[in-house]
Amino acid sequence: MFEKALKGNNYYWMWLAFLGLIIVIGFVSYLRQYFYGLGITGMSRDVSWGLYIAQFTFLVGVAAGGVMLVLPYYIHNFRQFGRITILGEFLAIAALLMCVLFIFVDLGQPLRAFNVMLHPTPSSMLFWDMCVLLGYMFLNILCGWVILTAERKQVAPPKWIYLFVYISIPFAISIHTVTAMLYCGLPGRHFWLSAIIAPRFLASAFAAGPALIVVMALILKRVANFDAGKEAIDKMVTIIIYAAIANMFFLSLEFFVGYYSQIPGHMHSLEYLFFGLEHHGHVYNNLVPFMWAFILLFLVGMALLCYPATRKGNDLWLGVGCASIFIAFWLDKGIGFVLAGFLPNPTNEITQYYPHLNELLIAAGVWAIGFFVLTILYKIAIGVEHEIEA
Amino acid sequence: MYNGGKIITGLVIFVLLVTIPVWYNRGTTARSAPELVMPTNAKSCVLPAEEMRAKHMQLLNVWRDEVVRTGDTTSIVVEGKAYPKSLQLNCMECHTSKVNFCDKCHDYSSVTPYCWDCHIAPVE
Amino acid sequence: MDKKRRNFLKIAGISTLAGLGATTGLGRLVGGAQSAVAATEEAATAEHGNAIEQNAGDTPCVNRYGMLIDVRKFREDLSLGERVVRACHLEHNVPNIPVKKDEIKWIWMTHYENAFPEQPHLYLDQTNVEFQLPILCNHCDNPPCVRVCPTKATFRDANGVVIMDFHRCIGCRFCMAACPYGSRSFNWSDPRPFLDDATMNKDFPTRTRGVVEKCNFCTERTRLGLQPACVEACGDTKAIVFGNLNDPDSEIRQMLKQHHTVQRNPSLGTFPSVFYIV
Repeated sequence: MFEKALKGNNYYWMWLAFLGLIIVIGFVSYLRQYFYGLGITGMSRDVSWGLYIAQFTFLVGVAAGGVMLVLPYYIHNFRQFGRITILGEFLAIAALLMCVLFIFVDLGQPLRAFNVMLHPTPSSMLFWDMCVLLGYMFLNILCGWVILTAERKQVAPPKWIYLFVYISIPFAISIHTVTAMLYCGLPGRHFWLSAIIAPRFLASAFAAGPALIVVMALILKRVANFDAGKEAIDKMVTIIIYAAIANMFFLSLEFFVGYYSQIPGHMHSLEYLFFGLEHHGHVYNNLVPFMWAFILLFLVGMALLCYPATRKGNDLWLGVGCASIFIAFWLDKGIGFVLAGFLPNPTNEITQYYPHLNELLIAAGVWAIGFFVLTILYKIAIGVEHEIEA
Repeated sequence: MYNGGKIITGLVIFVLLVTIPVWYNRGTTARSAPELVMPTNAKSCVLPAEEMRAKHMQLLNVWRDEVVRTGDTTSIVVEGKAYPKSLQLNCMECHTSKVNFCDKCHDYSSVTPYCWDCHIAPVE
Repeated sequence: MDKKRRNFLKIAGISTLAGLGATTGLGRLVGGAQSAVAATEEAATAEHGNAIEQNAGDTPCVNRYGMLIDVRKFREDLSLGERVVRACHLEHNVPNIPVKKDEIKWIWMTHYENAFPEQPHLYLDQTNVEFQLPILCNHCDNPPCVRVCPTKATFRDANGVVIMDFHRCIGCRFCMAACPYGSRSFNWSDPRPFLDDATMNKDFPTRTRGVVEKCNFCTERTRLGLQPACVEACGDTKAIVFGNLNDPDSEIRQMLKQHHTVQRNPSLGTFPSVFYIV
């Protein structure tokens, strides 16, 4: 089916060339980091994880979000998702590829990455995370490919594939749960040490993932003559709204626990994120604008998605609404959550994190690789759809 | 054949690329094994020279894990002589020159072990 | 029963089984850590050192090395702290990196409020405001860093010392996030340019870029029957006493019996092996 990706109009090739350019820049930046070490990032002894791990965490959510299409379609037989379920599965593949790459560029000794498999350590959540991420990636490639092939031949998919489809559902939940467990089991990091991290991650994932799929579907409608169907889009928007509200509800619970209990450790990180943390006469607040942008974008997105005229009347407003939700939750999880956990450090000092330019270019390169793969996968999926219709 | 010209050109380029080592080294005579400077203060090692040549890397890995991970620092005794399990404190006592011993073969066989990224080579 | 419901029940059944499997797995997973703690407590009450089944290590812990730091001695002799830090950093080729974000340290002097942030105090006594005390890796009896390491690059040896295997570390820095005492440093770049050839300890390796490092309780010295470098730097002052906490007759255990001591943030259940007389 790969031949579908080799035929496209000028815009298709220009888009791929543009992504290719960013990938090359990212790769050169990575070589610089590889030969110097992680010193050319903004990470420090105190904030020892930065942009890379934050992107990883967010993208695990995007990958898990695809299950919001798979589950209604295969378990509840929600027929309208038939055309776009494949978009969810292929998005998961691209997102997981980015996850693996973000982990890889974050390693101090990347050539030793296979030590995780050579010396498996069940007590480490990172080991389990690797297992579920690779497992979920395998399941999505398998299910996506087999079902698309069957669709192309216009026959029913083989029965055995449904076993893997059903397994992929708890797997989707598990990838984000285990990713949350990387954080929420660490003593002494109060902001992360919360049993609600996994559900909060899932809620934000089930909003951000489908939001990206809706945006993609709207773009594909314009550029690839692919209509996901009004009913499917509308149902997805409903899912996004509920999941987004759940995420904000969980976040507000974190605020309650911190501020009502008045336990300093539970308040520090929230204070740093939203209001600026005062410490020895200095206020540390470099993430405050991002967090209020998150709140604002969430409100704008919600308004556009809930108000019938913007939700149903106009694709542009619907797209802006979904993009707002996606960016809002990216700010929340892809920036705020990971960085704030490191403040203050265990010896009650504060170091703020500012990414290095080289680090930003590498991150952009990884995102570009993800979108490059996603474009090709979507091109194949839509090529097959068009072929059946023809 | 469809697009015959393109396919054949592609194949030629592929074959040329794959055979780079052959024609790149054409003309240069086969290099002989490097001459090593052997220690003067000792005649024997923990294993015969043949075995050391073939297996010193595995041996060092085993020593490393025994010393670092299991804390087993017992010395290797060969013919009444005790050798501590240490690259820096044992091997380099006799093979005092990294340049004239280690590097010679490693350069020849184009391997770059990372031992010396951390372990301090004798001053030369 | 219609087909849909039957399918649902099948899935529900399978998921339940999977769930049960996960629970028992988790039980096994934390079991190792718990047994270590239980065994330690038992050893403490029974007053004898037990061979303790340990998680992630290649050998069981027989001893539990620990340290008792008498902060008063560091107040009496203000140059002592600097001497202790210098001795350690020279012994282990710890680079002196001027950029604070890339800093590497094994033992360092800090204020009371930084060493014991869980004891915030508005009206701290003048001595604790002014003077500094040394902090280092606590070599916890239940170390979170060992638990999270995905390659067993950090583990406990037979003496209960939390060791780094620099050959195996992949530099994921999970242990740095997990350590509640900020004891771990990362080599953000090659450390050699920041070392002085003249003072380098030729018997101890340096590190390569991209690995995590920290205090090793001078394993290379205690193996030879020597005291750790920091203890030696204190001379006869007994500012730092080093010994086996599992041995009831050891000097450190006798001192612990006689003095009121504190550990850094003990409420986290890490069971630090470094004690302080404040």
